[in-house]
Amino acid sequence: MQLTHSINPVKIEQDRLYQDMGLSDEEFEKIKTILGRLPNFTETGIFSVMWSEHCSYKTSKPLLRKFPTEGPNVLQGPGEGAGVIDIGDGQAVVFKVESHNHPSAVEPYQGAATGVGGIIRDVFSMGARPIALMNSLRFGPLTTNRTKYLFSEVVAGIAGYGNCVGVPTVGGEVQFDDSYEDNPLVNAMCVGLINHDDVQKGIAAGIGNTILYAGPPTGRDGIHGATFASDDLAEDSNKDRPAVQVGDPFMEKLIIEACLEVIHSDALVGMQDMGAAGLTSSASEMASKAGTGLEMNLDLVPQREQNMTAYEMMLSESQERMLLCVKTGREQEIIDIFEKYGLQAVPVGKVIEEKVFRIKHHDEVVADIPVDSLADDAPVYHMPSKEAEYYQAFQQMEAHRPNVDNHGETLKQLLQQPTIASKEWVYDQYDSMVQTNTVVTPGSDAAVVRIKGTDKALAITTDCNSRYIYLDPEEGGKIAVAEAARNIVCSGAKPLGLTDGLNFGNPTNPEIFWQMEKSVEGMSAACEALQTPVISGNVSLYNQSKGKSIYPTPVVGMVGLHESTAHITPSFFQEAGDIIYLIGETRNEFGGSELQFIQEGKYEGKAPYLDLKIETERQKKLLSLIRKGKIQSAHDLAEGGLGVALAESLFADEVVGAKVELSGNATVELFSETQSRFLVTVKPENQGAFEEVFADAAKLGEVTADNKLRVKTNNETILQEEAAELKALWKGAIPCLLKSKA
Amino acid sequence: MKVAVIVFPGSNCDRDMYHAAGEVAGAEASLVWYTDTHLLNDVDGILIPGGFSYGDYLRSGSMASTSDIMNKIREHAEKGRPVLGICNGFQILTESGLLPGALMRNKNLSFMCHQEELIVEDNENVFTKLYDKNEVVRFPIAHGEGNYFCDDETLNELKANNQIVFTYKNNPNGSVADIAGIRNRAGNVLGMMPHPERAVEALLGSEDGLRIFQSMIANWRSSNAVNA
Repeated sequence: MQLTHSINPVKIEQDRLYQDMGLSDEEFEKIKTILGRLPNFTETGIFSVMWSEHCSYKTSKPLLRKFPTEGPNVLQGPGEGAGVIDIGDGQAVVFKVESHNHPSAVEPYQGAATGVGGIIRDVFSMGARPIALMNSLRFGPLTTNRTKYLFSEVVAGIAGYGNCVGVPTVGGEVQFDDSYEDNPLVNAMCVGLINHDDVQKGIAAGIGNTILYAGPPTGRDGIHGATFASDDLAEDSNKDRPAVQVGDPFMEKLIIEACLEVIHSDALVGMQDMGAAGLTSSASEMASKAGTGLEMNLDLVPQREQNMTAYEMMLSESQERMLLCVKTGREQEIIDIFEKYGLQAVPVGKVIEEKVFRIKHHDEVVADIPVDSLADDAPVYHMPSKEAEYYQAFQQMEAHRPNVDNHGETLKQLLQQPTIASKEWVYDQYDSMVQTNTVVTPGSDAAVVRIKGTDKALAITTDCNSRYIYLDPEEGGKIAVAEAARNIVCSGAKPLGLTDGLNFGNPTNPEIFWQMEKSVEGMSAACEALQTPVISGNVSLYNQSKGKSIYPTPVVGMVGLHESTAHITPSFFQEAGDIIYLIGETRNEFGGSELQFIQEGKYEGKAPYLDLKIETERQKKLLSLIRKGKIQSAHDLAEGGLGVALAESLFADEVVGAKVELSGNATVELFSETQSRFLVTVKPENQGAFEEVFADAAKLGEVTADNKLRVKTNNETILQEEAAELKALWKGAIPCLLKSKA
Repeated sequence: MKVAVIVFPGSNCDRDMYHAAGEVAGAEASLVWYTDTHLLNDVDGILIPGGFSYGDYLRSGSMASTSDIMNKIREHAEKGRPVLGICNGFQILTESGLLPGALMRNKNLSFMCHQEELIVEDNENVFTKLYDKNEVVRFPIAHGEGNYFCDDETLNELKANNQIVFTYKNNPNGSVADIAGIRNRAGNVLGMMPHPERAVEALLGSEDGLRIFQSMIANWRSSNAVNA
């Protein structure tokens, strides 16, 4: 149980009560030095949340510096609510991903819902209208009642919040694996659209300016949420349910509309949402970024519960609250806008010259802290790193080639693997079309939303195959970024940049830190090669329970730009007679593959190899052909390899089939997960233009009118299936697992 | 033709409706905040958009149905001017008594969002004149509470007066008699769960919804020509 009532400073030190708040002995000493005295109870709480991993990135900072964050189009990199990238015509795209893992593990509906709410606020607090949501989810196998409950409730929570708030959830990914059994991952991404002139910053500038608190009153929910997120998930984590916030999407909708009206007033100086660490982080960061100080009177803060202490108010993570800095004398203009929406906006403090964070409560100063010390003096830890023991063993394993007798049956098994199976059960619950921009709805490589008033569109995807990253963090890190870019390119867009959602285990374990380090190195290399800077992100550590860590899961959320909606390319086969090509050679690579898991029940060996030069070149060439109108459909090869990609290409509403002939070993050709490959179709009249660019692409066969999938090797039919039957299995797998008794 | 799109706190298809009726179909559209009742004085048509007015708290559509602006909308309807309620707008119309019946939670208790095929059952009203009777059209649905219910007596009346305008080809939500949309007896108030405003551009997958707005505009033109 977290202590929430005042205890005298001496006792805090003597009994080391600061440890309960997540501060180490060294950190407490450092606070004493900064203040030149003992911190009181409220101050200790303020430091503890600001210096928590969640807010300070104290162990991940040295790694995050490795990411390339700059590019010609980057208007705002990491550091603000969300990153901003120019898309021309005075417009820009704003996006960020955020995790809500621990809350979702103990209270899945609210955990997921408030995750969505939080990321939306990060985007509109920049001044952008949120136009799309994505999510990346990880659960244990769908075989236990608890996992089914977590899965259903997380999906319901995302739907409940996103649908109500009127931002379409246009796609995402869901994967299932043992390592997420106790510690599911819920990462939400929001994309917004903004005019350059409207970009806001979370700053409290201008001495004497007023600090306005807007939104619902502060309650006792979510106290110490940031600290809760910065420790291992304990077996008795249910006791932490009070640390989970409760969301109100209706309130959020009103706040969005009010804030997007407020940004057009020149009375506004800065705006920031109250996310993790609530009032503490928003207020101190706004002052710190502006090079000012801030004085706040907690008696003025709207409260929905009685007798709240300063500590509780400063640490509450009540949702849907915003903090604004407004020019003196013009407060009423802003207050009126909030009032139109039935919302409260009240002055709670002012910007001061002295760079301190001074909090008053009941006429007493309850906190007086050098403001920069909260953000800038947070300790940075260079954690020891040690190559994971399993890694060398995996590297030395012979490439394994699975035995497959019946390729049709194996394909059916693969299509029913929950990670590969249709996620329609999930996304049908999301309003994917509100705002009427969604051109490509969930279920394709990337979602596509058009930009009204232009001929442009945005492609959005989230990706991360954590099995590869577990086997080989560096190679797997490269693959995560490359695959996201591949998805964007297949849809006909040019990748612009990405946001990273880094989910790992406990960083104090050197082998976990090594996973972090290596995967960030791999991702950075891929970002450089593909020219996709990292413009925002989130780090979620301590994703482990009972000593068992999750697979390293650095989720990549990528956005690309279609210069014309004419470039939007489907991932499904289009017309009978189109020629089917496979771009990229296939190697015997089954480490971390779906087929390996089906046959052996585990992942081991080497991850697939990735050559960034080849990857980049192929993506460029494919995009140029798409832009010239030479490509009918394009689909990247991922889990389950060519076999699964071929089948998926037949699952659109239009009834088509495919006849293909492969050379080489049928099992490898069909199911290997070699990287940098694309399955494309081309109209017969464009065959010449295509082969001129991709001379080494393999011509596999053609699209047929009969809704059958036929595969031959060496003139022998090795697979012949009705596409409708394959589709039924693929579509039915997840609903079937949910219905079956655990 | 001047049309007003009513914006309640929590409406979220208001701008989509404005885009469809105004920018695509060509009506003179405006967004009207629910307290600005005077702005309805000189409009020719009223559109109540989808979303979650008042967060769907209490019961979807119930709180909006008691707001002042509903009196104005009722007057407007009584004068025979068109009122179109989509999704949450339909829920508001049933809650306010402008249309009979109620919308309950979907049969499977989940929100659902996808394209559905609808059958045009009635084309003798302001909104569906440009459709053929029994024509099959594709509109998206996006609702958690679209399961239309009414008692047998009401259903018989709806049938007898051709008030059932759209039915689902494959009933997704458990609605009585596959009902997707109904009208009042006069034919100037239509409520429907599917979203025609999301089906007005080929780029987004269907243009089948456009004729709802075009029918309304064409009807206004012809009646104004008669008056003039």
